Amino acid sequence: MIIRKSAAEIEGMARAGELVAETLQMVADNLEPGVSMLELDRIADEYIAAHGGSPTSKGYKGFPAALCLSPNAMVVHGIPTSYRAEEGDLISVDLGVTLNGLIADSAVTLPVGEIDPEAQRLLDVCQEALAAGIEQARAGNHLSDISHAVQTVVEEAGFSVIRSLVGHGVGRSYHEDPQIPNYGPPGRGPVLQTGMTLAIEPMITAGGPDVYVHDDDWSISSVDASLAAHFEHTVAITAEGPRVLTRAGAALLR
Amino acid sequence: MPTKEEKIEVEGEVVEALPSTMFRVQIDGGHEVLATISGKMRKHYIRILPGDKVKVELSPYDLNRGRITYRHR
Repeated sequence: MIIRKSAAEIEGMARAGELVAETLQMVADNLEPGVSMLELDRIADEYIAAHGGSPTSKGYKGFPAALCLSPNAMVVHGIPTSYRAEEGDLISVDLGVTLNGLIADSAVTLPVGEIDPEAQRLLDVCQEALAAGIEQARAGNHLSDISHAVQTVVEEAGFSVIRSLVGHGVGRSYHEDPQIPNYGPPGRGPVLQTGMTLAIEPMITAGGPDVYVHDDDWSISSVDASLAAHFEHTVAITAEGPRVLTRAGAALLR
Repeated sequence: MPTKEEKIEVEGEVVEALPSTMFRVQIDGGHEVLATISGKMRKHYIRILPGDKVKVELSPYDLNRGRITYRHR
């Protein structure tokens, strides 16, 4: 059942969302060749605590860290290790923050130093796909209108949509109904209503769509070792349209 | 963090091997699905042949397509 949040809950989530956005910005500011994933996780963890929040992923189903840090061909759920960022890397950073009982979830894929033009194109397309998905998050649309918009942008650019990983409702828990795939025909699934809060997250690769889980039972990488990108926002459906909550200032999208 | 799509696990028997490592699998209960091999099985070079009994994951978004996740002995 999809939980519709009250206006007060959405404001609470917007505050959590701002903290997520600020933390991701801080991680981006600290990402340079030579910095270790463990170090990035530590500073994010401290920043979140200093602002009265807690990292949602820590202890969630046994996940050990505040951030998911996934380099290059790794898509999501990378456990921070002593791996040091290298010039040309793409590092995906996924963060959930719980603030006053409400949760916001966002992710970005960050370039380290100078990257290949094709890698930059992958990042640009993934962000464009996210924007196209968010644009569909309006009352009266169907859930799969979001999925279809994402798939169209990604596949038109010649990249692949990962099928086995999905976005999700969020707010009172980390993963709520509905599941939000990044592919599919339009006009299917539940009708979207105001108050729904969705974590929309295109996950794409430069090669094929198949992925596998590593032996740590968390990290997921592309089977063909192609570069992967991941961008995510938590979006509230309002009467005025989609409102991105994981942004500094949590501004209304028009 | 994203979640893995909810999957429906079923058992079946491989009927036919198709190009691009796709397989036609007869699901216990009747109908046939078009299935691909899971990434984990590809990584370990596990071969699948017609006649093999396999475990298949079906996507709730398309019940005619699946992913073979295990080959029984």
